[in-house]
Amino acid sequence: MRGGQGAARAPVIQFTNCRILRGGALLREDLWVRGGRILDPEKLFFEERRVADEQRDCGGCILAPGFIDVQINGGFGVDFSQASEDVGSGVALVARRILSHGVTSFCPTLVTSPLEVYHKVLPQIPVKSGGPHGAGVLGVHLEGPFISREKRGAHPEAHLRSFEADAFQDVLATYGGLDNVRIVTLAPELGHSQEVIRALTALGICVSLGHSVADLGTAEEAVQSGATFITHLFNAMLPFHHRDPGIVGLLTSDRLPAGRHIFYGMIADGIHTNPAALRIAHRAHPKGLVLVTDAVPALGLGNGRHTLGQQEVEVDGLTAYVAGCSVESALEAASLHPAQLLGLEKRKGTLDFGADADFVVLDDSLHVRATYISGELVWQVEEARP
Amino acid sequence: MKLIILDHYSQASEWAAKYIRNRIIQFNPGPDKYFTLGLPTGSTPLGCYKKLIEYYKNGDLSFKYVKTFNMDEYVGLPRDHPESYHSFMWNNFFKHIDIHPENTHILDGNAADLQAECDAFEEKIKAAGGIELFVGGIGPDGHIAFNEPGSSLVSRTRVKTLAMDTILANARFFDGDLAKVPTMALTVGVGTVMDAREVMILITGAHKAFALYKAIEEGVNHMWTVSAFQQHPRTVFVCDEDATLELKVKTVKYFKGLMLVHNKLVDPLYSIKEKEIEKSQSSKKPYSD
Repeated sequence: MRGGQGAARAPVIQFTNCRILRGGALLREDLWVRGGRILDPEKLFFEERRVADEQRDCGGCILAPGFIDVQINGGFGVDFSQASEDVGSGVALVARRILSHGVTSFCPTLVTSPLEVYHKVLPQIPVKSGGPHGAGVLGVHLEGPFISREKRGAHPEAHLRSFEADAFQDVLATYGGLDNVRIVTLAPELGHSQEVIRALTALGICVSLGHSVADLGTAEEAVQSGATFITHLFNAMLPFHHRDPGIVGLLTSDRLPAGRHIFYGMIADGIHTNPAALRIAHRAHPKGLVLVTDAVPALGLGNGRHTLGQQEVEVDGLTAYVAGCSVESALEAASLHPAQLLGLEKRKGTLDFGADADFVVLDDSLHVRATYISGELVWQVEEARP
Repeated sequence: MKLIILDHYSQASEWAAKYIRNRIIQFNPGPDKYFTLGLPTGSTPLGCYKKLIEYYKNGDLSFKYVKTFNMDEYVGLPRDHPESYHSFMWNNFFKHIDIHPENTHILDGNAADLQAECDAFEEKIKAAGGIELFVGGIGPDGHIAFNEPGSSLVSRTRVKTLAMDTILANARFFDGDLAKVPTMALTVGVGTVMDAREVMILITGAHKAFALYKAIEEGVNHMWTVSAFQQHPRTVFVCDEDATLELKVKTVKYFKGLMLVHNKLVDPLYSIKEKEIEKSQSSKKPYSD
């Protein structure tokens, strides 16, 4: 229950002794919550003349907006691209388990799959609000199948597709419908892609460029057609070249529509991208950085190291390798920027007054100590018993 | 009057805060007996507010049974404008202490009927039993609250148009843009503050020195409205050295000499913790020896 007539009578909770992320800075301020939303305490004081019903001491911790993961393929043994009879349970399991990582909203991601998988799975992943049951589902991220053969990465070659003449209809036929879809990653060098980008954008779907060999000119055209995101920058695209920076060049392109800038996802595990490369991108365009996990089913199985193809990966949360940029920047990259990407920044990814009270309590090493959704405690660390 | 002279702004702020703290605690406020406190805004009282917040956070002082009445507020500025006096009081004082919102009173500069709002404010003060201690500052033009030069010394709460001196002094809070500074304000009158049982004026900085001189070494004059307090039975002026720069050496020496006596007002420094210890100890007495 958020807002509405019951809200004014809902209890007011004041989180004290904390630093909150607001306006890009960590401020020593209390966080006030009522009816699942962040409350303006000054208004409460002068207009309603009320005090808090309950105070909770946060022990000097950092309070940041809940993290939003827009690229996560599964985890804890669950693979979203599997056409099972009960996809919902898989999504629910992941939704619940990622709470301990501070993620309060996410986009379940499907990699390139045969038509049958899309037709079976998509209808089973509806948009859903978060709560004690798990993080909220913002919509599905479809990564493929309209991507480059050359840059398919781990995606199965047999199921790659290019657009037929009636491109948008082809898209609808492939996915079986676009309900529940929030983001589509495609390669803009494919024929007819510009009209697809325009059509998807008109439907409010975020179009992302990735798994592509596009040059900068094609990429810029795609942005002019409505693309707003780059899927895992540097990975599965042409490397930066000084005479044609390719998709990477979008970070500093001057041919983007006025007032708009590009967002770019980065997998901050230190493996997919060398931290130095991450820092170059961040310094070139700090406001566009969106941290993603691109997590795979192995996430969370046991502790520490897992295999991903031929690689060993240390799974250590979203902020593992953002060393070199400020804490505030890292936190915004994991919360505010994905919210802005999806046009949700009034409600999510922020601790501004009126926003949904989805937030995480972090210690100074940015380990998650507690997670809240709609002002309700949905996860907290188990204290070691003495 | 008592003229309290400390070396620096921080010491003056601390002395004033200690004085307020002792006054509240010795008054022993309770649910049937609130301590009514008049409060100022501006840069001068910031240090004093910080110390009072510190005393609250240390558990030595509580504002649970304190009622506050602010001196003034701009007309036409939205309540949530960062430069409104509501915002000032919230950010610099109220949000850090345990005062109940219903015990705070600030004039509403956006009221439909401004004079009615002023009259109602006077009634609220009366209903609260009058002001026990009114804390104020002084403008460079010698005004108290927004009682600009020429204000009646028996004036009550009303609407005032601000003098150019005041608008210039306030421009720094509005990006230095004179056009953005409000031109009218609601203010308690000189008479309203004179009705308080005690008045404490904070004056720090060389730019206030001439106003202080006019207020205490010259006659009572409606061009320097703070001078009205020469006729109040219980006034304390708390200054730093710089604020005394225009006073006679004789005046400064006399009052500095009295600091030994005046410091007894802040030493011993009382705390509500002691009161609780006293209470619990007195209840233990029947079981001793």
